[in-house]
Amino acid sequence: MKRRDFIKFAGAASAASLVGCATPGGAKGRVVVIGGGYGGATAAKYLRMWEPGIDVVMVERNDVFTSCPMSNLVLGGNRTMEDIRRTYDGLRRRGVRVVNDEATAIDTAKKVVRLQRGGDLPYDRLIVSPGVDFNVGEIEGYQAAEARILHAWKAGPQTVALRRQLEDMKNGGVYVLAVPLAPYRCPPGPYERASQVAHYFKHAKPRSKVLILDANPDVTSKGPLFKRAWADLYKGIIEFRGNSKVVAVDPGAMAVRTDFDTIRGDVLNVVPPQRAGDIAVNAGLITHNNRWCDVDWRTLESKAVKGVHVLGDATLSAPGMPKSGHMTNQQAKVCAAAVIELMSGRAANPAPVMTNTCYSYVSDAEVIHVASVHQWDAGQGTIIPVKGAGGVSAARNELEGKYAWAWAQNIWADMLA
Amino acid sequence: MRFSTMLLAAMVALPLSAFAQDKAARSLAATCATCHGTDGRSVGGMEALAGMPKAEMVRKLNEFRAGDRPATVMHQLAKGYTDQQIDLLAGYFAAQKR
Repeated sequence: MKRRDFIKFAGAASAASLVGCATPGGAKGRVVVIGGGYGGATAAKYLRMWEPGIDVVMVERNDVFTSCPMSNLVLGGNRTMEDIRRTYDGLRRRGVRVVNDEATAIDTAKKVVRLQRGGDLPYDRLIVSPGVDFNVGEIEGYQAAEARILHAWKAGPQTVALRRQLEDMKNGGVYVLAVPLAPYRCPPGPYERASQVAHYFKHAKPRSKVLILDANPDVTSKGPLFKRAWADLYKGIIEFRGNSKVVAVDPGAMAVRTDFDTIRGDVLNVVPPQRAGDIAVNAGLITHNNRWCDVDWRTLESKAVKGVHVLGDATLSAPGMPKSGHMTNQQAKVCAAAVIELMSGRAANPAPVMTNTCYSYVSDAEVIHVASVHQWDAGQGTIIPVKGAGGVSAARNELEGKYAWAWAQNIWADMLA
Repeated sequence: MRFSTMLLAAMVALPLSAFAQDKAARSLAATCATCHGTDGRSVGGMEALAGMPKAEMVRKLNEFRAGDRPATVMHQLAKGYTDQQIDLLAGYFAAQKR
């Protein structure tokens, strides 16, 4: 209760301190962060770094971080799981209390997070970075097939299991990758994955095929660059079929069904449609299409629940904003800065800036990127891509292969070290 | 609500206070940190920005914007920032220990 009173007091005092723009009062109180991925970990670190007076508790169900970006390289056999894992020790050294547990419910009226292993965590402000969960009900038979038909759209045990399926597949087999309708996590991710698997097949089992069944009409990101790479490097290996939404799976027959066809494969990698993670659903943070959480992009505060901020793939993306790890890291910093100001009774930055740079490996060494810069637009009340800025690689190249790996090392350090 | 609208108007209309400018610079620099390391201290493979003299960074970013400096991605990103934003973030990095 004492903490609440402080916040109330700070809120009341804000008018005076803002007009005078006097002493920058340090924020106090507790922020609970749900999720230790690109959003949650970055927010936790930057809160502690920028305002050591704030008590930061981060709840994460996994004991180590495993990166989705770069996990396609594990499927291609070009990197190991060890390469894409990092511990939370760096956050602990910064004074973040890392709680290895799962948040099962949020009482937004009482401002308490409920943990699976028991115990409640009270908060003054809450940051929810839950990632995505899957609308498995949209694909008939998927739930029952999950042991054999993998998505591997969250890096971890499924990444390892899918790699094993690819290794066990016979030369001359068919790998089927089903892509859901956009928006989904990581727009270029499926096409990078197809490239990685094709690269592996080309060298290890060259009579095999990669068949992309895409619910979208065409490749949704870096299309010309991916298609050029497929034509140059994987001719006769990769086949792309647009407007091919997988609506059912049959693990017995090892087949998937679209509205028009039944297609058999030896490895079926079906990525289901996505929505904000379960905890966002449970907490009433969903605002659009039963899927996404709308936020104020100046603060990342939920438009459904005051005092709760939502980050990352779970958000209703602003125009031209991809669901990417880079974007989420940028959102987390805008959020951290805003939370510090709001907890000190000051106004948040009225004009946030975010960037995105997204690298995709089309082979073991060659990479293509897409980049953008996003600035607040007061007229539209949202954050939008700057016209004339951003773009894609002129052509795939090895220099960006080196930058892509350096990007990973730097962003992992930026969120976790 | 009305107060925050007024405040927003005031912040846009008036020059930022020194305090607010510090934070604006810090947040702008944080957009670079994703690739170039927290506070510009790269862990490798990307150019470190911490401690780079302000004039040097402003010059480099302007060369990127003009297409006068070889780049893979920076010619595209540099165009997304205003002159004032570049001035602020360059000042922030110049003040960081290498």
